[in-house]
Amino acid sequence: MNKFFRWAVIPLLLIAAGVVIVIYTVNNPTDGLVARALTYQNIMTALQQHMGLMFVSMFGAIVVGVLVGIMLSRPKLYYIGRGVENIVNVGQTIPSLAILALFFTILGLGFRVAVFALFLYSILPILRNTFAGIIGVEPSIIESAKGMGMNPYRILTRIELPLAFPIIVAGVRTAVVINVGAATLATFIGGGGFGDLIVTGLSVGRSMVIFTGASLAAITAIFLDYVVGEIEGRIVRWT
Amino acid sequence: MIKLEGVTKKFPGMEKPAVDDLNLEIKKGDVCVLVGPSGCGKTTTMKMINRIYEPTEGSIYIDGKDALKMNPIKLRLDIGYVIQEIGLFPHMTIEDNVSTVPKEKKWPKDKAMKQVNEMLTLVGLDPEIYGKRYPSALSGGQRQRVGVARAMVSDPPIMLMDEPFGAVDPITRAKLQNEFLRIQERIGKTIVFVTHDIDEAIKMGDTIAVMREGRLIQHDTPSDLLSSPADEFVSNLVGRNRSIKRLHLIRIHEILGEFDRPTPATEDMALHEVKKRIDESDIRSVMIVDRDNKLKGIIGINDLKRKTGAVAADIMQELDQSVTSDATLNDALSVMLEVGEGYVAVVNEDDQYQGTITLGDLLNVVKEEG
Ligand SMILES: Nc1ncnc2c1ncn2[C@@H]1O[C@H](COP(=O)(O)OP(=O)(O)O)[C@@H](O)[C@H]1O
Ligand SMILES: [Mg+2]
Repeated sequence: MNKFFRWAVIPLLLIAAGVVIVIYTVNNPTDGLVARALTYQNIMTALQQHMGLMFVSMFGAIVVGVLVGIMLSRPKLYYIGRGVENIVNVGQTIPSLAILALFFTILGLGFRVAVFALFLYSILPILRNTFAGIIGVEPSIIESAKGMGMNPYRILTRIELPLAFPIIVAGVRTAVVINVGAATLATFIGGGGFGDLIVTGLSVGRSMVIFTGASLAAITAIFLDYVVGEIEGRIVRWT
Repeated sequence: MIKLEGVTKKFPGMEKPAVDDLNLEIKKGDVCVLVGPSGCGKTTTMKMINRIYEPTEGSIYIDGKDALKMNPIKLRLDIGYVIQEIGLFPHMTIEDNVSTVPKEKKWPKDKAMKQVNEMLTLVGLDPEIYGKRYPSALSGGQRQRVGVARAMVSDPPIMLMDEPFGAVDPITRAKLQNEFLRIQERIGKTIVFVTHDIDEAIKMGDTIAVMREGRLIQHDTPSDLLSSPADEFVSNLVGRNRSIKRLHLIRIHEILGEFDRPTPATEDMALHEVKKRIDESDIRSVMIVDRDNKLKGIIGINDLKRKTGAVAADIMQELDQSVTSDATLNDALSVMLEVGEGYVAVVNEDDQYQGTITLGDLLNVVKEEG
């Protein structure tokens, strides 16, 4: 109980901070424009959209990224994997706004397009780290596993994946950071989320609205990063 | 038990085959040591036996069965495998590492656990202390032991060991070698043992297969290899001081009975008694034991002159090193050179005093055997 409590302090503080900001700004609008932009309903919608954007795209990115990463690490596809790794590294340098703009021109507006763009963007670090993590397992370890009669599937699940796990989780963590940043931009292609609040605030020139949207987006980012970081630290005991 | 017939391995892109038309037969219960300079194809030969590498040509029979037609996974489950780099799984505890093969063979948990604990004890690691640790918390020598335990746990009839004691200091290596021979005496497995160290080969092998550039040059017992090397290459490998090399072949207990040394003194013996024994001794000192005959220390003639006391325990000095009676004469020699004395005390596994060996004794043996 005590342990859990200590673990939960930071997430609870973050949630409390978010709630306080929301309650304060909704109840103390500086003028009518702010009051119209910052209602509980607007904020809840933004929250829902934001979470939806992130969770759907992250979930898809983890599943697909890890699976494709594993496939590319198989000996037969290894050289393709090396190539993909390079493409991914280049892809990573494209700014997120450019990615969103690109998808807007191809697929149009809307929540789904935004999710898909976020998904593709988040998949890169996960895929790369899964591949690199598995490839990086010392050959002597694989060889002794093979020599003791493990089949390739057992070697993957009992040796390669557990050893690559910390690196995969680090990739997920990077993806989360990228994802929360990019999710705020989804508003530009009609994806909604906290970005909506920021853009509204900018267009009506009210910093209170901008502040609310920006701080909620930031709190979400810190929250998720903390959670993933904790998972990472918890599972790896053997180094 | 293991038979290689015309086995050749050519790696793609290499001009010369790594192993070239190799014929080798290993009898059941024998330790066959593959020895030769680095890159001569020892590891490759060994890895073809459990089909980590597939031979380009030739056939391999295990117990009369064609190994190349067997299911490789099944084949490997019955061949213990210790590689040069040890290859312990860093994310698993020692216990889990050692129970790898039982898990692959789907043994019931309690049977596996019992065998794992027995194996760890056999290689000298207390399962209570080490079982739950991770490999990173162990010393090099301890990891080697775990590697050996992991390979032997399911009692496979055949073991392949690639420089299994390569990554430890010489003293630890000698200790691991002796322990291993002691275990092998009991379990009598058929072992293919790879090393580049001719001394280790002479010590460990029932037979030695000397390789050079992928070819087998000579396959003989250590004694025959020393007395009649097949060609210049082999005689250079075994070296000029062949009579010294014979010290590897003789175990201390084989010669210990021949010498007439004063009985050790006990800790509570009066000093004038102790002096009598020292006077009888050709090394001008006497070993001190406790009531259980455990070795406690030594008193030299100088201790007797310089120090004062009533009984032996008051003036004895601790001994830096001793050897076990199943160590080789060469081990004894190494210890003498290391501590800079002309003698070394011999004990059994329980540290009980068995006798003393001197440099003179070793010289006599070399003279007789040479
Ligand atoms: N997987 C491999 N691919 C290509 N060449 C190899 C491979 N393994 C070994 N060799 C080559 O085969 C030769 C014999 O190597 P090896 O059997 O490891 O020698 P040893 O164990 O006696 O030192 C060396 O020339 C080495 O470079
Ligand atoms: Mg080798």
